[in-house]
Amino acid sequence: MTAGGTTRNGRALALKDVPSLEPSQFRGWLVNGVRDKGRRVVSYFGAASNAAGGTAAEGISLVAVLADDANGRLSIARTISDGTTFESVVPEVTQAHLFEREIAEQYGVRFEGHPWPKPVRFHHSYRKGYDAWGRSVDAQIPPGVLDFFRVEGDEVHEVAVGPVHAGVIEPGHFRFQCHGEQVFHLEIALGYQHRGIERALVGGPTKRTLPYMETAAGDTTIGHAMAYAQAVEALSGAVVSAHAHAVRGIALELERLANHVGDLGALAGDIAYLPTASYCGRLRGDFLNMTAELCGSRFGRGLVRPGGVGFDLSSDQVRDLRSRLTVARTDVTEAVELLWETPSVRERFEGTGTVSPDDAEALGLVGPAARACGIQRDVRHDFPAGIYRFVHLPVMTAHHGDVNSRAYVRWLEIQQSISFILSQLDGLPANGTRAAAGAMRPDALVVALTEGWRGEICHVAMTDAAGRFSRYKIIDPSFHNWFALALALRDGQISDFPLCNKSFNLSYCGHDL
Amino acid sequence: MLKALLARAHQGHRTMAYPAGAPPPMPERFRGLPALDPAKCPEGCRSCADVCPTDAIAKDGPLALDLGRCLFCVECVTACPEAAIAFTHDTRLATRRREDLVLTGQALPLADALEGKLCRLFGRSLNLRVVSAGDCNACSSDVNVLGTVGWDVGRFGIQYVASPRHADGLLITGPVTENMRLALQRTYDAVPPPKIVIAVGACAISGGPYAGHPEQHDGASSVLPIDLFIPGCPPHPLTILDGLLRLLGRLEEQRRVPRG
Repeated sequence: MTAGGTTRNGRALALKDVPSLEPSQFRGWLVNGVRDKGRRVVSYFGAASNAAGGTAAEGISLVAVLADDANGRLSIARTISDGTTFESVVPEVTQAHLFEREIAEQYGVRFEGHPWPKPVRFHHSYRKGYDAWGRSVDAQIPPGVLDFFRVEGDEVHEVAVGPVHAGVIEPGHFRFQCHGEQVFHLEIALGYQHRGIERALVGGPTKRTLPYMETAAGDTTIGHAMAYAQAVEALSGAVVSAHAHAVRGIALELERLANHVGDLGALAGDIAYLPTASYCGRLRGDFLNMTAELCGSRFGRGLVRPGGVGFDLSSDQVRDLRSRLTVARTDVTEAVELLWETPSVRERFEGTGTVSPDDAEALGLVGPAARACGIQRDVRHDFPAGIYRFVHLPVMTAHHGDVNSRAYVRWLEIQQSISFILSQLDGLPANGTRAAAGAMRPDALVVALTEGWRGEICHVAMTDAAGRFSRYKIIDPSFHNWFALALALRDGQISDFPLCNKSFNLSYCGHDL
Repeated sequence: MLKALLARAHQGHRTMAYPAGAPPPMPERFRGLPALDPAKCPEGCRSCADVCPTDAIAKDGPLALDLGRCLFCVECVTACPEAAIAFTHDTRLATRRREDLVLTGQALPLADALEGKLCRLFGRSLNLRVVSAGDCNACSSDVNVLGTVGWDVGRFGIQYVASPRHADGLLITGPVTENMRLALQRTYDAVPPPKIVIAVGACAISGGPYAGHPEQHDGASSVLPIDLFIPGCPPHPLTILDGLLRLLGRLEEQRRVPRG
């Protein structure tokens, strides 16, 4: 079988060194890699044919990145499609399902043999005149209007929820096929948050590029900004100081803490266990406020910059942060341990919303959702970059794949993150906030991975002959994981949906971009 | 059970004293209301305007900064050779009119209370339906935070409700994506009159970093009439709370200092 090229997290390579395979070889390489070699689809995307170093005016480039988690290697290859049809790999590689749907929508390529060929974000194709569903250029594309999977029979009914749903939450549409309380099937239609980020990134960086990254998924500002910074640094050869690496690590773990703690509180709220809901609701804010001490923004805006960080950490701040964190650790421990000691909580969490390890592997889940199924998968461990090259974090797992496991993995990670930050504060390297990131290398490609609080964030940047972005692909962890929420609901009760949803807490805007 | 009670005693009462007492302190690096000093601008200098990601700064005439577009990043402050722009710790940013958000060095005309009947109707009880229309979940999160025990917005009679039919108005975040336009309009239509609309964050006011993208509509005012603008990216919870309380005429200082 033809080999792809090999690269590592955050290492730039010349486009010409990305093997260009014949379509059938490319497909074989992808299928063989996942099915036989146990690799995982990190990214699979389309690009204008000239963006990937080709010259053909017709057709499009397809680029795929596969992860060999055990060895910390990334396998990469590309091909040229004629731009009309391509043979789907989904019958053999389930986890490519949404990637192919996305390519179909963005570039108007029909994937033959795809079992579920539906739009993803409900927008017009990037290539005028090419549409995978044969829609005309001026046709309206109403969001959420698609051929939903339906179950029919006596007493089977359909429940439609969203895009505007109860609670302060981003919009999405959920279509349940129910038999009484029991959910036979859930289909999720997103795209309501689509703002056109990837389209706007081409030709950059511009002065808006960083704000795009920081708001791709605003609750993951540090995670996406770090992946972006890593990509730019690889392409420009900037050397980041040890101080900046440490501050980034602290900020990334604070982001994880705020979200994990907030979500544990929200899970408690969803089952009406108010003590933990109240305490964690407040404590989440304490962690956000620590991030604000670093950079003035509760969400970490302005902290991560290509070449380093926008703000350093003074010795006074180190002292202050250490004492705040120590207090927060005591409070969080008390608040969260109530969950595990309260039978009514365990009764609601255990066995609810179960995803099997086989399904988790087949879907290529990432982050706490994968680790809750016993899968050892964490970018900080498998593809360490920045501070994580020097400080090794163990991978936290649980084994039942249910709400309880997802909650418990979060709790284990909370403890890890606090210890990590405290140890970083103890030995913070002095000086050096930001090195200048110079011009980017032309005709190059880099894959940058970061373990955000939801899981693997993957950015793939490609540059043109002038060193500008010819394609910039963002994969938020939610992109891998949304389908797992649908599976988690199968045979469950529709009343458990809020609980299941919160246990994943996936990003709508990170998915919709 | 005993542990739950002990935890309750240890976690204590956490609702802040504000507005009766002092507001929570802002971190040293917090970026609130920008202070402009146009007198410091060197002749013909456009450094700030050139680096601003959202073109919030105009330098064609005297220095002007549009808070409705401002992301409160540090690009302009870093670029300015004369320190003509500085961020203060002032969290009060909300206005009733879009044009009031354009700073030229004057005091920001903070939001007045709702007029007559609306104030009587909503002043002590305001139910809001929150609609995220393309927001990045940062504005949503800090709107949501007002419901936690520390802020407890319920003590002012303000609630976020599940149905627009139970609401007195909408609170909108996000630039209003094309894919949310219809849903937003229908949610608005479902709110019984009289109703108000509040736009929270740079995206909902102007499109924020997405201004000009064909996938969105440059903010909520393109679709609906707006009664209150709360700028920020995202606004601090205190900024949001301040805006809501001003709109309802619930702040002491509003009553003490009549606006000229």
